[in-house]
Amino acid sequence: MNLTLKIWRQKDAKAKGKFVTYKINDISPDCSFLEMLDILNEQLVEKDEEPVAFDHDCREGICGTCSLYINGRPHGPDEAVTTCQLHMRKFKDGDTIVIEPWRAKPFPVIKDLIVDRYAFDKIIQAGGYISVNTGGVPDANAIPVPKEKADLSMDAASCIGCGACVAACKNASAMLFVSAKVSQLALLPQGKTEAKRRVQKMVAKMDELGFGNCTNTYACEAECPKEISVENIARMNREFLGAKIGGNKKEK
Amino acid sequence: MARTGFYQSSLTKKYVMALAGLFLITFLFVHLGINLLVLCKGSANYEARELFNIAAHFMGTNVLIKIFEVVLFGGFIIHIIYGFVLQIQNWMARPKRYKKENFSFTSPFSKFMIHTGIIIFIFLIIHLFDFYFKAKIYGDVKEVIYDGKHYHDLGLLVIDKFQHLGFVIFYVVILIFLGFHLHHAFQSVFQSLGLNHPRYMPVLKTISLIISIILPLGFMIIPLVIYFGNY
Ligand code: HEM
Ligand code: FES
Repeated sequence: MNLTLKIWRQKDAKAKGKFVTYKINDISPDCSFLEMLDILNEQLVEKDEEPVAFDHDCREGICGTCSLYINGRPHGPDEAVTTCQLHMRKFKDGDTIVIEPWRAKPFPVIKDLIVDRYAFDKIIQAGGYISVNTGGVPDANAIPVPKEKADLSMDAASCIGCGACVAACKNASAMLFVSAKVSQLALLPQGKTEAKRRVQKMVAKMDELGFGNCTNTYACEAECPKEISVENIARMNREFLGAKIGGNKKEK
Repeated sequence: MARTGFYQSSLTKKYVMALAGLFLITFLFVHLGINLLVLCKGSANYEARELFNIAAHFMGTNVLIKIFEVVLFGGFIIHIIYGFVLQIQNWMARPKRYKKENFSFTSPFSKFMIHTGIIIFIFLIIHLFDFYFKAKIYGDVKEVIYDGKHYHDLGLLVIDKFQHLGFVIFYVVILIFLGFHLHHAFQSVFQSLGLNHPRYMPVLKTISLIISIILPLGFMIIPLVIYFGNY
């Protein structure tokens, strides 16, 4: 396949950045998207040019490190896959592919296509945990958990924190991520104890960091590589409302 | 981080927005119900426009309704202010836009709530000047007498207005945009308030679709029937 790539190049966080067009030829349709970029980078290095910086780690769709906003969609045109799991057969010979970094105020560009997603860690630090002392392994079924709750919690917990929801959302809202992290704990007995405080702290942090507000547009769900459901957002809305009405701690 | 006393979370704003919006939808149904009376032609028991004029008189004078009128204006103002505040925050959350964006599958009208909202807002002001303020100031509104009691012939005001084709088209077009707003709005309330359930969400979406057709269509009938009918 012969392709034209329009890639966002930005030297560092301070630089202005611009799109640079590259031609790349003889790409196999079985090549993965990141392998295609590897080939491009090799060619750039041979020409003594700066290779394109992009995030990646596991390359098997489980770590959430890869990103890329490809032709107007986070993680590209395939459904329910990360960019590292995207293959060139999803494109046509002669295509022009526009590759951009995640765009959101809380996700500043570090270099080229790499953005700083530390904002997500800060949200987790604000409340995405349970406070228990570690010790011996507890008995597996000492605390009964209904199967359906365990399933919903597992589904929410499959979020890999890649940030595609923020990238896809027209408002750069982090609601899908935050609600998945709230839900995975709130659904289980172990997470109930701190549930009211947790949801308020995580939402407050999300607002503080400058993510947008949810308009129930659901682009996040459509683009999530792990198909996290927007029902988690509704659950978080419910949890938060309950915490505000029924909780004795003030939102702060 | 220290927060000002006015800090309100994004979710709280959405709850307020949703409740105000839901209230506005109930208002639209009442408004439509009364407006349709203007189409009643006279019969043996009552004159043309009599039912409408009496209903309008009741709405304009009853104390309870007067109180509700304040609540209604409040509802509009809150919905509009919060709509703008949320939207401005949303724009600020993405200072640098994408070159190629929005190819994701989404619910279609949710992307344009601020645009349909602004259209409704502009219409609202024009609409208030067309009827509400005219009716309140009573400058050029004729009087009629039913059963010896004096009423203002507000129905005539409506019928006079809709003799002009431009006016009829303007109302019909705006109502289409109201439909777009409502299509997303009604079902969205339940998501925002966390009142969703996998079993009932499809039902709510269908109701949302029905509302977004019935309300605009109902309001549209009035100018169309007046213009093309013999009023
Ligand atoms: C009769 C008039 C109106 C009705 C019945 C109505 C109803 C609604 C409802 C029920 C929602 C859904 C709220 C939610 O998702 O929780 C909504 C959203 C919205 N409305 Fe209205 N609205 C009206 C007029 C307006 C006006 C005049 C504006 C002016 C700017 C406006 C702007 C918006 C915006 C921006 C949203 C999206 C808010 C969000 O999801 O964050 N609306 N409307
Ligand atoms: S590199 Fe780990 S998910 Fe793509």
